[in-house]
Amino acid sequence: MSGASSSTSPVAARISQRRDDGTGALVGYLPIGFPDLDTSIEAAVALVENGVDILELGLPYSDPVMDGPVIQAAAQQSLANGFKLRHAFDAVRAVKERVSAPVLLMTYWNPIIQFGVDSFADQLQAAGGAGLITPDLVPDEATGWLAASDRTGLDRVFLAAPSSSETRLRRTAEVSRGFVYAVSTMGITGARADVDRAARGLVGRLRDVGVDGESAFTCVGIGISTGKQVREVLGYADGAIVGSALVAALAEGGVSAVAACAAGLSEGTAPVGADDAIAAVADVAREGSVSA
Amino acid sequence: MTDTSALSSATHTSTTQTVPGAPVEVSAGLQQPGPYFGEYGGRFVPESLIAALDELTAAWEAAKADPAFGLELSDLHRTYTGRPSIITEVPRFAAHAGGARIILKREDLNHTGSHKINNVLGQALLTKRIGKTRVIAETGAGQHGVATATAAALFGMDCVIYMGEVDTERQALNVARMRLLGAEVVAVTSGSRTLKDAINDAMRDWVTNVETTNYIFGTVAGPHPFPAMVRDLQRIIGDEAREQVIELTGSLPSAVAACVGGGSNAMGIFTAFIDDPEVALYGYEAAGDGADTPRHAATITKGRPGVLHGARSYLLQDEDGQTVESHSISAGLDYPGVGPEHAWLADIGRANYRPITDAQAMNALRLLSRTEGIIPAIESAHALAGALELGKELGPESVILVNLSGRGDKDMTTAGTYFDLLDAGAEQQ
Ligand SMILES: Cc1ncc(COP(=O)(O)O)c(C=O)c1O
Repeated sequence: MSGASSSTSPVAARISQRRDDGTGALVGYLPIGFPDLDTSIEAAVALVENGVDILELGLPYSDPVMDGPVIQAAAQQSLANGFKLRHAFDAVRAVKERVSAPVLLMTYWNPIIQFGVDSFADQLQAAGGAGLITPDLVPDEATGWLAASDRTGLDRVFLAAPSSSETRLRRTAEVSRGFVYAVSTMGITGARADVDRAARGLVGRLRDVGVDGESAFTCVGIGISTGKQVREVLGYADGAIVGSALVAALAEGGVSAVAACAAGLSEGTAPVGADDAIAAVADVAREGSVSA
Repeated sequence: MTDTSALSSATHTSTTQTVPGAPVEVSAGLQQPGPYFGEYGGRFVPESLIAALDELTAAWEAAKADPAFGLELSDLHRTYTGRPSIITEVPRFAAHAGGARIILKREDLNHTGSHKINNVLGQALLTKRIGKTRVIAETGAGQHGVATATAAALFGMDCVIYMGEVDTERQALNVARMRLLGAEVVAVTSGSRTLKDAINDAMRDWVTNVETTNYIFGTVAGPHPFPAMVRDLQRIIGDEAREQVIELTGSLPSAVAACVGGGSNAMGIFTAFIDDPEVALYGYEAAGDGADTPRHAATITKGRPGVLHGARSYLLQDEDGQTVESHSISAGLDYPGVGPEHAWLADIGRANYRPITDAQAMNALRLLSRTEGIIPAIESAHALAGALELGKELGPESVILVNLSGRGDKDMTTAGTYFDLLDAGAEQQ
């Protein structure tokens, strides 16, 4: 049955809760080990303390084809500093000791294959992680991960693109758990002035195949960098995912800057009607999103 | 040649009975249609690319089945590439190989100087067929970039070539060639700044511009349909050579040798012989300073299975699955991955993969130059060095067919420095 609708997923539960508030979830991305392991943990905690609902922690990888220059550079620095896969479990554990927000890992697939899909799933679960976002693993190639995630109950977030056929969207909706990650433009990660109109159409098509926003959810990512854009996205989707803007803030101004950036972005999740708060959002967020 | 189509796989003249006009029976032999070669291959790519890969797969299947496409391509090969390429027996070189007969398939004589043009013209015609107007490509040695820039000029398409910054320096002449042909060359500064990073950036471009852009991939690696499609477009090398060798010697060769970077020239010459069990297949990987040193690109010899650039295959990686940088004096072989069909052929034992060091390759390069007056590409010199070893193993009765995948003009700076041939006075001026 539709994983995206699983009621046991803490990620889905958090999105559902924000939907009940009349808004949606803010998902914040940071790479583990950038600029170093301890600071990345502090930064992740700061995101949650400043209104991020769900954490997406990235595993640095040598060949990140879905990532733009900001995240590539951060991942490269983390690897140069000696990032190892086992540090991912340390980071998840350390973050979960301090915040209750669900923590997903975003990872390219080869490191997981080399670690062993089953033992990675077991260790992630033991560390308190919620599941995986897999940018270069499509459901067609995911047999081992589908089994491991069914066994452990971990979430599995697959991507949907504007170019995906209806058949593929249906399959993605069926096998995803937690949410479906709607790629809002055809491009790679990186802050953009406008969130692509294509995102709205894609979310609509996902709604048509059962991702209804009540029992199954879709979050829109790639290209979002301001609180205003977060608010726009939450007008039609269940969550907004922000990466490059946060990483750039962390790179430029450390934990306090990334905290301010998150605070600005999260004003976009204020329930509709709180117009006073919204007025200030664009300015605050623009300051935070240095790479916009 | 009985050739009417550049894609014809029914050109065998002996040992296999093919009924003219009958469909090629893929399942009868070892040739695989993809996306999987045993446990290798597949499509490990972002969802955003799946539609483009599906479109390309469908367009390729349709083109392959369309005689008009095959005729247009073989016409181009005849009037533009210069096909069929000749074979040349090299007895003075072979005297250093235990007396075995050595025959070169002269892909170095193709327009643009290597086998890469065979694949590029096919994919450029396909680009036209699917109505896209912009092409992108990665390049290591610059040969695939030059071939792509050439085809883009010929067909009037916009062209962007991604090349690692390290490679733009060691193959500076090819950068100038591509620019002269009207292409934009992007020097890639991420990661190890070589071929693997150029592929990453080309994929990023493709994800972003997929509606207008076709990615002309240069070798038999990458996600489906590239490994199968590039092989199909390169198999003309072996299809021609098989007939030519039989005509010259009266029988099949004992062994076929080719260098393996991503593996396209090797698959191109292997495929025609793959169902001839009496023909041994040898792929030579770049061993850099030595396969037992950290500085090499011997992927099958030293790597283990994993996923890189959209396919599962052998891969040079650390224990965490991070790609390890490769090293070779030859930019075209300096790649930590290899095509999935080679991984499968290695596992089932149909082909043998062996390492050749920089020093062995450079010695073979000089030897062929001095004994036969043919200056090979450093990539191809790895296959020549392999043939020198192999001849001694197989003995004087053996006939070794070597794919001379490219010419050495692009490598003169490297060779000049390596052999200290550059006039010191001139250099200092
Ligand atoms: C002359 C020549 N031979 C071989 C190669 C290696 O590629 P492949 O293994 O795909 O044939 C290259 C790549 O640039 C090349 O230029």
